[in-house]
Amino acid sequence: MASYSTNEFKSGLKIMIDNDPCTIIENEFVKPGKGQAFSRVKFRNLKTGRVIERTFKSGESVEAADVVEATLQYLYNDGTEWHFMDEESYEQHTAGKEVVGDAANWLKEQDSCTVTLWNDTPILVVPPNFVSLLVSNTDPGLRGDTASGATKPATVQTGATIKVPLFVEEGELIKIDTRTGEYVSRVKE
Amino acid sequence: MSNPDEQSDCDWRPTAGLEALRLRARGLALIRAFFAERDVLEVETPAMARSGASDVHIASLSTICHAGGAASGQFYLQSSPEFAMKRLLAAGSGPIYQVCRAFRDAESGRLHNPEFTLLEWYRPGFDHHGLMDELDTLMDRVLGSAGTTRRLTYRDAFVEHGGLDVFEASTHALLARAEDSGLMLSGDSPAERDMLLDFLFSHTVQPALRDGRVYVYDFPASQAALARVRATQPPVAERFELFLNGIEIANGYHELADADEQRQRFAADGVARKRLGLAQMPADERLLAALAHGLPDCAGVAVGLERLFMIAAGESSIQAVMAFPLTRA
Repeated sequence: MASYSTNEFKSGLKIMIDNDPCTIIENEFVKPGKGQAFSRVKFRNLKTGRVIERTFKSGESVEAADVVEATLQYLYNDGTEWHFMDEESYEQHTAGKEVVGDAANWLKEQDSCTVTLWNDTPILVVPPNFVSLLVSNTDPGLRGDTASGATKPATVQTGATIKVPLFVEEGELIKIDTRTGEYVSRVKE
Repeated sequence: MSNPDEQSDCDWRPTAGLEALRLRARGLALIRAFFAERDVLEVETPAMARSGASDVHIASLSTICHAGGAASGQFYLQSSPEFAMKRLLAAGSGPIYQVCRAFRDAESGRLHNPEFTLLEWYRPGFDHHGLMDELDTLMDRVLGSAGTTRRLTYRDAFVEHGGLDVFEASTHALLARAEDSGLMLSGDSPAERDMLLDFLFSHTVQPALRDGRVYVYDFPASQAALARVRATQPPVAERFELFLNGIEIANGYHELADADEQRQRFAADGVARKRLGLAQMPADERLLAALAHGLPDCAGVAVGLERLFMIAAGESSIQAVMAFPLTRA
């Protein structure tokens, strides 16, 4: 397995810490004038998302994490797992609920999303920043009300519920910002 | 810190603003005036010499000279002017100071550049407490006298801010504390006591020294470096460090003057270097001969001027007060 010495540490480097894949956010060189040098590292655990700080003796080696970010097409959900496909190699990957998490709210079949693969296994699924989804259920619209700013709940085709303006109708396609879960606009087909 | 430099197409520019460079020049003038008033002689010693620091934690840069005879072969860029200045003291120079470039390989970061500027001075007849007094007066001059000044022993600093007595605690207890504070050791790495002390001091004690000036003195004998050891129980090294806002600024010693003990420390460093797989450093025989001739009882201190000027300028990296750090040299 490849490894990195502390003097190769830089932000973005993927390393194994406590048996989990992590990405370095910040690396600080710490050294008493007369004494041992250290690398003080702030990193994100890619499985849990938690940010942690650890310190290594300078010159030590840390195992590299085989982590890649791949753009995969979301195929379908079989009831327990989400299936994705690499559009170039046609290689398929499956991910469970604990990996897909809230991304499940925004995954539409055939959309491309960013999947972090560790040893070729998905550990994180990030949907596109914006997705277009059909409104499957909402109260009848108030025609003409495009300015009041009032909202109502609407359920979209993935099952997620978001707030939409009063004029949005069932069967309409709307654009959603997946980072905030907020309605952006109607989509003209 | 390197990325912005590498990407920029105007990296010919200095990293320091012109105002910081002016502050630096004023600071140097103040320092020279301070020593002139006190009849401390300014000296200059070689930046490259036959021997370098033997300390396992200091990596010397070296170069090959081809000037013929005794001026040919491998020379080391000096990590401090200490050895040469002690030879001047042994030759009867009286009090001396120097502002010079020092070089340390493998040190780079917000507070480190492989080439940096040291102010180093020696006071015959002073011990480490006398020199702390003078250093504090100089700090008043450079930084203004505002703020608090404290002195505490290494032991008390740990008791107060690290919550343990490092002269009593077992190595096992230090390791447990270090791991609690985030130290990761690989399986094949021995948990050496001094490494653990360095970790705990830099990660748990030092952040608590962030208010004003703090002088920490009387270090463990195992961290004596070139300081004399006082035979108390436990023995302590007559060494001190100054922290400004929690940043290490200066390191000083009541200087070891005993040639035999100096030779033993060189030898011990050689053994440690071999064990760690580091290159051997030839013992500085001229220093040993000077000590055998007689070094006056004296204290000496080295001050990192980039860090001092960084703090005076209210900056948070030394690159902000250097015209061209190594990444732009």
